[in-house]
Amino acid sequence: MSDIKKCDSHVLHKSRRKMLKGLAAGIGLIAMPGREASASVWEEFFQKHFRELSKEELKGVIARLEKDYSKQYAKQVTVKTTPPIEGVRYGYGLDLSRCIGCRRCVYACVKENNQSRTPQIHWIRVMQLDKEKGIDLSHAEHYYNPEKVPEKGHFYMPVQCQQCEKPPCTKVCPVQATWKENDGIVVVDYNWCIGCRYCMAACPYGARHFNWAKPSVPANEINPNTHYLGNRPRPKGVVEKCTFCIQRTREQPGRYPACAEICPVGARKFGNLLDPESEMRYLIENKRVFIFKEDLNTQPKFYYFYAT
Amino acid sequence: MKNIWHFYMGTLVLISKGSKAYYCWVLFLLSLITIGAFAYAQQLSEGLIVTNMRDQVSWGFYISNFTFLVGVAAAAVLLVIPAYVYHWKPIKEIAVLGELLAVSAIVMCLMFVTVDIGHPERFWHLIPKIGLLNFPQSLLAWDVVVLNTYLMINLTVAVFILYNKYYKREPNKNITTPLLLLSIPSAISIHTVTAFLYNGLGARPFWNSSILVPRFLASAFCSGPAFMILIFFLVRKYTKFKIEDEAIQKVAEIIAYAIFINLLLLGAELFKEYYTGSVHLAPVQYLFQGLHGHSALVPWIWTAMIFNITAFVLFLNPATRRNNVTLVMGCILVFIGVYIEKGMGLVIPGFIPDVLHEIYEYAPTGIELLLSMGIWATGLLVFTMLLRVAIPIMNGDFHVADDGVGSYIGDQLFLVQQPDTIKSQPEAVIQN
Repeated sequence: MSDIKKCDSHVLHKSRRKMLKGLAAGIGLIAMPGREASASVWEEFFQKHFRELSKEELKGVIARLEKDYSKQYAKQVTVKTTPPIEGVRYGYGLDLSRCIGCRRCVYACVKENNQSRTPQIHWIRVMQLDKEKGIDLSHAEHYYNPEKVPEKGHFYMPVQCQQCEKPPCTKVCPVQATWKENDGIVVVDYNWCIGCRYCMAACPYGARHFNWAKPSVPANEINPNTHYLGNRPRPKGVVEKCTFCIQRTREQPGRYPACAEICPVGARKFGNLLDPESEMRYLIENKRVFIFKEDLNTQPKFYYFYAT
Repeated sequence: MKNIWHFYMGTLVLISKGSKAYYCWVLFLLSLITIGAFAYAQQLSEGLIVTNMRDQVSWGFYISNFTFLVGVAAAAVLLVIPAYVYHWKPIKEIAVLGELLAVSAIVMCLMFVTVDIGHPERFWHLIPKIGLLNFPQSLLAWDVVVLNTYLMINLTVAVFILYNKYYKREPNKNITTPLLLLSIPSAISIHTVTAFLYNGLGARPFWNSSILVPRFLASAFCSGPAFMILIFFLVRKYTKFKIEDEAIQKVAEIIAYAIFINLLLLGAELFKEYYTGSVHLAPVQYLFQGLHGHSALVPWIWTAMIFNITAFVLFLNPATRRNNVTLVMGCILVFIGVYIEKGMGLVIPGFIPDVLHEIYEYAPTGIELLLSMGIWATGLLVFTMLLRVAIPIMNGDFHVADDGVGSYIGDQLFLVQQPDTIKSQPEAVIQN
């Protein structure tokens, strides 16, 4: 009896302490921050929208972020702002006849793009579908976990941001914190997003993810090669999404997105849609290609196809 | 300017006075608000992970409450139209109560949105010129504009009328009439825009139905006036303010029509989904029958259905509509019925099944419930304070004193059970 009581009071005590901590944090949010931290906090608070920053201001912002991240993860983290390359519009191809559902892409993406490990955030979702039923989402298995893939009678359909030509998510954002870049990549300014999640309601592909808690990435697993609009560490309370690995694909020479690079069966293709010689153009012109939820007229630049 | 200051100071003195019941009520609300504040503090420090919302169901209890309360706010217009368009006297005397209810409801709406967003301190991103309001592209940007406009109009009109009455002047019609007329389309706009906010998403078939705006309006004209009638009865019983039966009956008639239209539109929606039987039926099935063994909302929606239909019978039948007991019952039933149907019943099935047909069942956490309770208490406190000032002014119990500076407070108690006929009035006290 007394044990239970003790236990109860302990829990109560703990939760009360938690509450008080919370209250202090809440008040701290309103109150003036201390002198040391204050400059950085206020700079962050008053930071303008990414596209409205002058060159000078942008330099300041990047320096501040690099300093903060490097300190947080105890290693040199760089934040790039590489702009789109002229004459490039990215397209992605996914060969449904090859995909074996191993989810290597999911975890390569998590590593490359510094997604939160706890709670887990995945930018790629792989669904297991029945060959008999075809692409019938109401029978999709999202959490399949057999010893070995692929399983007989099934095929697999990975879904990630489709980088729509007419993105419904950017249209609904009340503060223009998300937009489509000239190379077709839909990006988010994590320092401008207010976290209303209207874009998540608008996305037909479940491609947008919210940082419900403070994202945690172990310091030794952080990828220090980051882009402002892509894989830099995110704060809690903002939305994030696949950017076709903007930090890789905008390099010259460019690199494949991590998911395409890791795929053990070569089911993932990537290239420039404006280049008539590109692999993507060949696929679109010669294979049986479809886009997901075509009726919504979002015009994805993510093409599913059957090569065999 | 000086007058405004004296008026303001006078109201502060006024709201500090009241009966024991008044103090208890205010203290009760303040304690709920404190609990809500603690819940919010915890949410701010840990993030929205303390809620049960997740990527699959990205809006939950907060946005459900918001949606419902927009309806309550819009319904004030049902008093303004008969009062100021048709100049119907019994309602003209009470229209200001509707405006004050609208103000309180919008305050709650704004609070519910604020607690739902991940970065409330970035609210300034929504201010045009200073931030980057995505107007006219985003319907949420429209909602920010119309909600604030509606709040401003109602607050201005109500305060302007009361302020003039306090100084024993007739409010200038050249100011009140245009504002009151503007409040009518503005009330319709807040509800239309909020419905469009859901309506325009091709990704969510449950909301992507052209009948959504009329459904929103019809349900608003049920829940808002029902709440209004309950307030009328309370005000009549516990304050010195007189409200005629005739006015209450008029509002009750409007509710009868509104419930009918609401049920009709819901029926039309259900017919279309079930008869077509396409994959878009899934969310409706989830709501009314349960889907693949998930049925958290089923008992709720059927409760709402039974409440709404019972209320419809009570409002339709003249005998029960004219009987105050059954009328109050009807009001409570339809208020709860619409709260379920236009709250969780509208928002959650938009996300279940989600866009990739995954089913994640949502129910609010304790923190979500406590925080929401705190916001409701805040809204009720705002409404109580507004009535504390408005009712004595309307009764002539609170006005400028003879010296033109101090205030005369004739109603020291505010909340007291009223006898059927008032025999003696308490002695007046002059405040400096």
